[in-house]
Amino acid sequence: MNELLAILVAVAGGLAGGLVGVGGGVLFVPALTIFLGLNQVDAESTSLLMIVIVALVGAMRQSGYGNVNVRAGLVIGALSPLGVLIGVVVANTVSQRTLELAFAALALFVSFQLVRRALRLPA
Amino acid sequence: MDSELPSRPLLKLAAIGTLAGVFSGLFGVGGGTVIVPLLIFWFGYGERLATGTSLAAIVLIGLLGALLQGGIYGNVHVGTGLLLSIPAIGGVVLGTAIQQRISQRAVSLLFAALLLGIAIELIL
Repeated sequence: MNELLAILVAVAGGLAGGLVGVGGGVLFVPALTIFLGLNQVDAESTSLLMIVIVALVGAMRQSGYGNVNVRAGLVIGALSPLGVLIGVVVANTVSQRTLELAFAALALFVSFQLVRRALRLPA
Repeated sequence: MDSELPSRPLLKLAAIGTLAGVFSGLFGVGGGTVIVPLLIFWFGYGERLATGTSLAAIVLIGLLGALLQGGIYGNVHVGTGLLLSIPAIGGVVLGTAIQQRISQRAVSLLFAALLLGIAIELIL
C-alpha cells in the first residue's frame, strides 16, 4: 500500500515538473520519507537523483515543443555550484525553522506576484 | 536610481543560477521554484519557455547536488531512486503534453498554487 502511494506521489511529482517546470523534489521527498521510510537527509539526496532524471526527460520533451532556451539553461545550471555551497553552509548555521519560515514568506510573495501578473494578462 | 537588480543578461542568469543553487543546497529541491518566476519577471519569458528552460537548468543543478550530497553524506538510495523515477517519468511526459494544451496564464496560476502549497507545508 505504501509503495503504491509512493508511486502515485512520484507520478504527481513528475506531472508538476512537466506542468510548471520544477524538478518535483517537493513531492519526491515526502514520498520517500512518509511512504518508504527514508530519513529526511537520505530522502533529499535520493530525491535529487530522481530530479535529474525527471528534469532531463522533461527538458527533452519541452525542447521538442520549442520551449527551451538551452544557452540560458546551461548558464543558470553551470553557475549554480557557488549557490549550492552557500546554501549548504547556511543550512548548517541557521536554524531549520528560520529557513522554513523565510522560504515560506518568499514563496507567498512570489505566488502573489504571479497571480497579480496573470490576472492582468489577456487570457 | 536604477533597479538594484543586475542589468546585464549574463549577470542576471548568473544571479538566477546562484539563487537556485542556494535553494537547492538549503532545501534539497532542484531550484525550479526560483528559476521559473525569475525568468518570467527578469527576462519576460512566457511560462512555457520559462518552465522548459528551468528543467534544462535543473538537470545540471540536480546533478551537482546529487554528487555533492552523495559525496558528503553517502546517502543516495540509488535503487529506490531509479525505481521511483519510472512513474515520475510517466508524470513528466504527461505533464509537458498537458502544458502545451493549456493557456500560459493557467500555467502561472498553477505555479502560484504550488508556491502556496509549499508555503503552507513549510509553515506547518
